[in-house]
Amino acid sequence: MAKITYIAFNGTVYDIEAREGTTVMENAVRNSVPGIEAECGGACACATCHVYVDPDWVAATGEPQPMEEDMLDFAQDVQPNSRLSCQIRVTAALDGLIVRIPESQG
Amino acid sequence: MQATSEGLNHAGLFMFTEVQRSIMSEIIETDVVIIGAGPVGLFAVFELGLLDIRCHLIDILDKPGGQCAELYPEKPIYDIPGFPIITGQGLTDNLLAQAKPFAPTFHLGEMVAGIERLEDNRFRVVTDNDKAFIAKAIVIAAGGGSFQPKRPPVPGIDAYEGKSVHYSVRKMEAFRDHDILIVGGGDSALDWTLNLQPLARSVTLMHRRDAFRAAPDSVNKMRALAEAGQLKLVFGQVTGLEGDDGHMTHAVIVDNDNQEHRLPATRMLPFFGLTMKLGPIAEWGLNLHENLIKVDTEKFETSEPGIFSIGDINWYPGKLKLILSGFHEAALMAQAASRVVNPDKKVLFQYTTSSTSLQKKLGVA
Repeated sequence: MAKITYIAFNGTVYDIEAREGTTVMENAVRNSVPGIEAECGGACACATCHVYVDPDWVAATGEPQPMEEDMLDFAQDVQPNSRLSCQIRVTAALDGLIVRIPESQG
Repeated sequence: MQATSEGLNHAGLFMFTEVQRSIMSEIIETDVVIIGAGPVGLFAVFELGLLDIRCHLIDILDKPGGQCAELYPEKPIYDIPGFPIITGQGLTDNLLAQAKPFAPTFHLGEMVAGIERLEDNRFRVVTDNDKAFIAKAIVIAAGGGSFQPKRPPVPGIDAYEGKSVHYSVRKMEAFRDHDILIVGGGDSALDWTLNLQPLARSVTLMHRRDAFRAAPDSVNKMRALAEAGQLKLVFGQVTGLEGDDGHMTHAVIVDNDNQEHRLPATRMLPFFGLTMKLGPIAEWGLNLHENLIKVDTEKFETSEPGIFSIGDINWYPGKLKLILSGFHEAALMAQAASRVVNPDKKVLFQYTTSSTSLQKKLGVA
């Protein structure tokens, strides 16, 4: 298990124990974290699970793949640390990961 | 035409004034109107067709297939019974082929604006394109709602929408001699950049990064125009709009070096793809459960007799938002709808493998 912290735009903090192999999006949806809608269900096809990865965790989560970059074009308020949470897979190395949810999804 | 609360009758269904009625030209009479041409709406055509019920389908997208065709045409689906793997478009194509013997009529690029029950218990359905239908039953298979353009989170943008900010181009002339700001990096953004550039006073294309998802030919043409100084290419995001009474004069933009600029712009076209909104369904007076339409699990009928709802848009205890659940719901709904459409006809339960009469309908016997 790895602990993931989701911080909503209004500051509300959601700490979730996530199983390895699941995605950051799935854990948010399963625990009703508001602002992660995942309209397409995790197919990297909608950009409604957009999050900002905490600067300390950007290296650990890695760079978006080209398909994810393309889909980020449809997200709003995109920053250099923007990711689609359906494309971040939980590993032991991500224990403690912090992501923030953009205002437009809050 | 938009449904408004003033238009609701006592049953909660939308009513039309005589003026609204008179501007609608032809009226299409049919057995069933299906709202939504996604996988579940398409399979409903098949199940209703086996019971000799004819359908018209209305969908806001310009093609059938719903989310399967719009969001993930190339992506594999693994949980369709009998198909270990099939793409969204593949499933759509198969469902269209399966529905073909029943000759459904598609009304694409239109959204249902209102539903009204008539005195003879049939329904009148009108679209935002002023098309009118009279149907004996309605099937709402609208999935996640209607696809609508995503709005950029620019403060105060709503005041400019429809006047200076547009999400599609209906008439190019409305953009002549304007300073146009186009935002996005896909085919819509690139196509309109190229199409509007000759008649605009100026065109600025803004995208968040120097990479475009559009057809390479369009990207090359756009870059050539930018190099020739005939359009401006900016990498950044819009943060504010300036103007009066909905008439934009400038856009405030922040470029990728975090510099703020004021860009003269009297028209803005944001192209950030589509998102799903429930839309006017919430105004049709049906009982809802967290924005989903409540149905029973025998007939998949809503709180209004004769209006059925199947697929992702409905809710009942234990509901699973799976395509296969929608298929099951379509089959049961069809049995119930048959009793509404043809109350005097006895429904015989038959199998397509053995029934000659069903096979004749399918054109295989």
